[in-house]
This record gives sequence, structure tokens and C-alpha cells, in this order.
Amino acid sequence: MESVTTPPISELRKTPLNALHRRLGAKMVNFGGWDMPVEYPSSGGLIAEHKVVRGSVGVFDVSHMGDVRIRSGSKPGGALAAVQHISMNDAAKLAVGQAHYSAMLYPEGTFLDDVIVHRLGEDDFLLVINAGTREKDIAWVRANTKGFDCVVEELSDAYTQLAIQGPRAADVMRKVTDADLNGLKNYWFTHGTVCGLKNTLIARTGYTGEDGFEVYVPSDVASSEKVWTQVMEAGREFGIIPCGLGARNTLRLESKMALYGHEISDKINVWEAGLDRYCKMEKGDFVGRAGLERAKAAGLTRTLVGLEMIDRGIARDEYCCCSESGEVIGVVTSGSPSPTLGKNIALAYVPPAYSAIGTVVNVEIRGQKCKAQVVPTPFYKRPKKAAAPSVS
Amino acid sequence: MAYPKQFRYTKEHEWVDAKGDLATIGITDYAQHELGDVVFVELPKPGAKIEAGKSFGTVESVKAVSEIYAPAAGEVLEANTALHDTPEKINTDPHGAAWLIKVRLANPADVANLMDAAAYEAYVAEKAKETSA
Repeated sequence: MESVTTPPISELRKTPLNALHRRLGAKMVNFGGWDMPVEYPSSGGLIAEHKVVRGSVGVFDVSHMGDVRIRSGSKPGGALAAVQHISMNDAAKLAVGQAHYSAMLYPEGTFLDDVIVHRLGEDDFLLVINAGTREKDIAWVRANTKGFDCVVEELSDAYTQLAIQGPRAADVMRKVTDADLNGLKNYWFTHGTVCGLKNTLIARTGYTGEDGFEVYVPSDVASSEKVWTQVMEAGREFGIIPCGLGARNTLRLESKMALYGHEISDKINVWEAGLDRYCKMEKGDFVGRAGLERAKAAGLTRTLVGLEMIDRGIARDEYCCCSESGEVIGVVTSGSPSPTLGKNIALAYVPPAYSAIGTVVNVEIRGQKCKAQVVPTPFYKRPKKAAAPSVS
Repeated sequence: MAYPKQFRYTKEHEWVDAKGDLATIGITDYAQHELGDVVFVELPKPGAKIEAGKSFGTVESVKAVSEIYAPAAGEVLEANTALHDTPEKINTDPHGAAWLIKVRLANPADVANLMDAAAYEAYVAEKAKETSA
């Protein structure tokens, strides 16, 4: 077995819950410069963590995510204009208390980062960005909002972000907050007292494909550990366990949620990634719009598809896809065994000619061609809640 | 999990149980713990030659692919193909039922140069300290 060398831990960034993860015996890894739990052997490990989120509820420390607040300056409207300029979704459609998935683009229409935009107030937005792209994102946001009447503030280190995810997440949250969660729809947020901490942001968002919440608590160690501990206590009756980035990755992959540096990057545009529905070309100009128009006119040369392995073998990130004759036609962006499906799945970029459901392609695994077929995505979709009995 | 006294160990976390020129090879409890849930194993076929320090197969967890290195040179007599259907056995019984291959050693004396159980235990204790520093 190969041993992996990592930089000294002292050089890695730590979340306020780092000491707690280590006390829990978490296996820690360097994730984009952050010392993060990948799995908790005490929880039963990655597969157990994955399954608890699909079946009940799990909790993740996602404090490495970055946060940028954009508020209007002297006059109303400046923040909205700035957000509209730097992101591809239509933020004007957001009501106060609502959030949506969006992305910030380079002029070519490729990805700077994907982002969740929250409308805190008419003139107040919170953008949640990726950990690995934090510095470049902040610099880019500052540079690209210069001409707007707005104030940009980085709040990344102000929050500990916990994700409570799974079909029982709402049951757990109800025990630790006075906020009304019944009326809180997917991708909406509210403020309430959480574990005694007043005015805490609670968003019905996540990266697992399940119902769930992300809460933003003050980043001091005492508050962070208090919320974590009380959430664990409240979730005990539902079998809650701590979950690491390993399960977070397999959960998001089954749900076909993009990961920066994999499905989306500075080399991949919105059309290729299949994220058209979050890109509002008709809303007016924004950074990347012209590039996307050119890309559309030029036509699609590759598209993101879901693969399921037919032959024995696991497709991994960056493995090549090839045709029957051995010609390289594409690349795997994320690949893993799927704990929910019990199959080996992957996302890959291939030419449109190979993207029809049922098309067989080969994935090159350590020099061997292994057959896989294009399947519908997402690989997993959470069951719809049973509808309330209709009144006739 | 205790490291059997009759085994010899490599720095890459394989074990060898040699009797004369016949040897059984597997990965250690430390290795399976580092890997996490094992979901896939690829092993050589009987008749394949293995070379000391060279990869002869792979063990995969959900997250990662790990090469398995031959502790000594030899010829594969048998591969534990039962692991194709039950790779998780590597997590539960790495020193027993989840052996990987049986080989005929080219030079049985080579095995004596590997770490004994006490030396290997000290080696992994040191590793564990590094990662929790």
C-alpha cells in the first residue's frame, strides 16, 4: 500500500471544530488547504455515513466554505445590480428570504466558481462560495463590483457552517430552534434562535440531494462546539452521526451536483456542464454572457453525462473515456462506487454523439478498457414526500 | 488488532506468512484502517510473476486506489478471488480470511529481511503519531 505524503498540519487551515473532529477520532485530510474530516471511523466510516444521510440524518462541518456579503451603498439597488453583473442566475427574482444556485463566470462563459446566493434584504445579499477558490473569488468579486454602488465584505471566518442533512433533518432542527420550519421551503432561509444563539441564519439548503439545513453560527470555538453537541444530542433518537467530506462527495455525486475543479472549472462553460437552467441569458448583461453567446453559436463539442460501469472496475476522476477503437473521446470528472445504488458510477465529458442514454463507452482503468453505459441523471433522486390526502 | 508473530511486514503495509518457499501475502490491519471501506480488489492470475517492491494488484476504497507491492519475488499460485464478491472482508479479517495471494518465493531468505511484528508495530505507532501531530 502506498503512503501519501501531506504538508505539515500546521500549514493547513482549520475550522473552529477541528479539535472536536480530532477528539472524535476523525480521519483528517488536506482538502484544498484545509485540514478536514474525510470520515469518522467512530461513525462506521464513509458508507455508513452516506447511508445515514439517505435514511435518517447526518451532520457535516462545512465551515471551510466562504461567505461574501454584498450590500447597497448610498442608494437602494446597488447590491442587486452588482450581484446581477457578477452571477448568471436572475437575482431580481429572489424574494427576501430566498436563495438560489448560481455561478460566477469568466468572460469566456467558463466557471470562476459556483455559488448559493441568499437575499438577506432588498439591498443585502450573501454569497456562499467554495473553500478552495475563496481568495480568487473575493478578489474577483471586489474587482468586478468596483463600478457599482455597493459594499463587499468577506465573512468567511465569521461563521461556523453546519449542514444537517437527511429525511429526519427537520425533526432534529425543530428540537434546537424556535424558528418556524414548517413553512420553510427548499432554498428558502429564516433567522431564529438555535441552541440559544439568537438571530442565527437557517437555510433549507445542502449538497447531498436530501432535505436538510445549513446553519451559520458564530465562529468562536465555544459556540461552534455547543451547537454541534446539541444537534448531536437532539439527533440521537434518529441515529444521527457525524459525516465527513467523503460521504459529502458520494452523496452529491449520486445527485449530480457539480464540484468545482471537476464538473465545472475555468475550462468548462455553462452549456457543457448542463447548468443552463441556472443561467438567465434574458436578464440583461452579466460577466460571461457574451462568451456564452459565442459558445452557443460555435456549438457544443462535449457534454456532461452520467455513466454506470458494466465491466468490473471503478472509473475515477481524470480517467480517459475512449471509443471502441481506442480513440480518446472524453474524461471522467468524478467517479466512485455509489453506496445507495451498489453500482460504480461516474460523471464524464464526452462528445454529444456519445451522450444518448444507453450508449456504451469505454473507460480506461489502469491500461484496460472497461465498458460503461450512459444512464439518466441524477443517479439518485430523493423520494417525493407522500402527498397529503386530497379533500374531495 | 494484533499483528501475528509469525508474519513479516513491509513499510508499505503488506504482510507475508512464509513456510519454506510457500508464502501467503495480504495487507495489514493498519492498511485497511487507512483505506476505509474496501470496495474493490484486483489481483494477479496464477502463474503471474511478482517482483519485490513492484505493484502486483490494487485495493480500492470508496475514496481511493492503492497499489499493493510485492514483499518478495515469486510466482503466483493462487489469488483469493472470493474477495471479488466480498472485498469488505479486507476490513474485518485482513490477517486471515482476506489474504490476497499465495506465491512460491524465488528466494525464501528474502523474507527474513522484512520487519518482524514488534518492529512493524513500532513503525505504525510512529506513523500514527505523525498524523495526529
